[in-house]
Amino acid sequence: MTDALISLQGVQKYYGEYHALRGIDAEIGAGEFFSLLGPSGCGKTTLLRAIAGFEDISGGQILLAGRDMAGVAPNKRPTNMVFQSYAIFPHLSVEQNVGFGLRRSDLSAAEKTHAIGAALEMVGLGHLGKRAAHALSGGQRQRVALARALILKPKVLLLDEPLSALDRKMREEMQVELIKLQREVGITFILVTHDQEEALVMSDRIAVMFEGEIAQLDDPEVLYRRPATRRVADFIGVMNFLPGQAGSGGLDVAGLGRVEIDAVHWPQGKVLGACAVGLRPETMSLLYEGEVARAREVTGVIDEVVYYGDMTYYDVRLDGAPEPLRLSMRNVVGRDVLEVGAQARLAWDPRAMVVFPGEGGSPA
Amino acid sequence: MRMRPLALFAGLYLLFLYAPIILLPLFAFNDGTVIAFPLQGFTTRWFIDLANTPDLREATGNSLIIACSVAVLATCLGLFAARAATRYTFPLKGGIMGFIMLPLVLPEVIVAISLLVTLSQLGLTTSIYTIILGHTLLCMPFAIAILQGSFSGLDQSLEEAAMDLGETRTGAFFAVILPLVVPGIIASLLICFIISLDEFIIAFFLSGNEPTLPVYLWGQLRFPARLPIVMALGTILVALSILLLVVANALRRYGLRRSGQDDSGGFL
Repeated sequence: MTDALISLQGVQKYYGEYHALRGIDAEIGAGEFFSLLGPSGCGKTTLLRAIAGFEDISGGQILLAGRDMAGVAPNKRPTNMVFQSYAIFPHLSVEQNVGFGLRRSDLSAAEKTHAIGAALEMVGLGHLGKRAAHALSGGQRQRVALARALILKPKVLLLDEPLSALDRKMREEMQVELIKLQREVGITFILVTHDQEEALVMSDRIAVMFEGEIAQLDDPEVLYRRPATRRVADFIGVMNFLPGQAGSGGLDVAGLGRVEIDAVHWPQGKVLGACAVGLRPETMSLLYEGEVARAREVTGVIDEVVYYGDMTYYDVRLDGAPEPLRLSMRNVVGRDVLEVGAQARLAWDPRAMVVFPGEGGSPA
Repeated sequence: MRMRPLALFAGLYLLFLYAPIILLPLFAFNDGTVIAFPLQGFTTRWFIDLANTPDLREATGNSLIIACSVAVLATCLGLFAARAATRYTFPLKGGIMGFIMLPLVLPEVIVAISLLVTLSQLGLTTSIYTIILGHTLLCMPFAIAILQGSFSGLDQSLEEAAMDLGETRTGAFFAVILPLVVPGIIASLLICFIISLDEFIIAFFLSGNEPTLPVYLWGQLRFPARLPIVMALGTILVALSILLLVVANALRRYGLRRSGQDDSGGFL
């Protein structure tokens, strides 16, 4: 791909003996909302900081708009960053914070004022320009940080866990706002997050990282429905894993029986032998009286009921399965929440199965 | 009322601590040459005498030159050390910082004697400048302790954010870090100033024939007739010290508030 805005080629980073980035390859396009997702310590923040220029890389190349960034200082890169702590300058007003990046520009005072006003307007803080920065709420600080980073019209906006300091409701609001903002300005956003839901909601593409390597790079839907490895499947959302045995006659799944080997998804190709079979909770359902399964059905006993208001999670114990299967049901009128210990018919579909060859069925 | 014995203890403690100091202004305004009760009546003549003593003016001048130089020197050096200690990791950091802070607990007499020996070995004569050197050594730990407090409370991303927004490393320091530690710098200047102004032992050993105020004061104690003037001078020094301390602490609190931190209380 030659039209990639950012090209990461075999990026390596050592901290002394510690190998933080083990060869990262990725191409990020112009205008893309790209997320680096992984547990803490996976190297996602290091990679973001390397793109910003705060970390020197030990090997490989980072190309930005075709230009090698090695040795280019952060203030000379066409990137701007929203820090996890927001790093709002506490001794300056909101306007001065937002206008900080314009201090060295050739714009006239009137042009600067106008640009600052427009940036504040964009994040919905037009009325707060004169306020002292330390008098802002968490959500307002976040917006100031965004306006401050975007006023320089960077090619890439880097966001380091920007929503982690906000409460849940605020976070969900800001997610939507960030998506809108990104569409509006058309700038490439690179988001670092450990929150898989946040990454799924916001991103065009997601790179899932473990231990300094990209485990899978795909769009959210593929990532969720067709995880490449069991570890990715486990990290993104909830997935049940059952032990399976693939043979020439078909795939035997503990508790669910035999299915046709071609009906299920093999992200790494078909390999006969022991395997782990993954099933998402929402791909299964409990059958009420008079209902019939569209694909397959099996009988079990309800082991646990967790009521969420809009949803209910059931753990269903099946004969032959080592662990109860977790499934989620939407709560609709006329369908009662079932009780623990009740017999239940469970509908499932082989097409929803993802098979990971060579991996055990029980939790690792 | 289980608290009563403790309250009594606290009262006695404060009395013991401050009664001698209260005697200073009492006798400074007392119209009599003998330092004893009963008081003779109100006068300000000791203060006027004070102003008309040329030796004293000279000693005051020496002290002010020394205190100002020490405040600036110790604060500048402390700034480097505090910044290095909070921002970077380097080999033997703990040991190095420990050594820098050591004068805080070393007996001053020992420091003074070793300085005197070193100076005479180097063939230098004692003067205002040697006192400045000695006091800088003494004040550095205080400056570092105060400034470290200012630096360590700063979010490291602030500097990175400034660099990210187009500043160079130096530019970021002056645009963001320095304004946020200015209250700490002023507090450090004031504290070092007071310490140097009040310091006796090192000044006594290193002063030669250019006495500082405390050294001059001590010399005057030999003449009973001069005692009321000493009291008057002492009163001024105490008032000045208290004023500077209050200002320094107010600035420190202001700085903390402005950079959005909580006051953890205490200077050091």
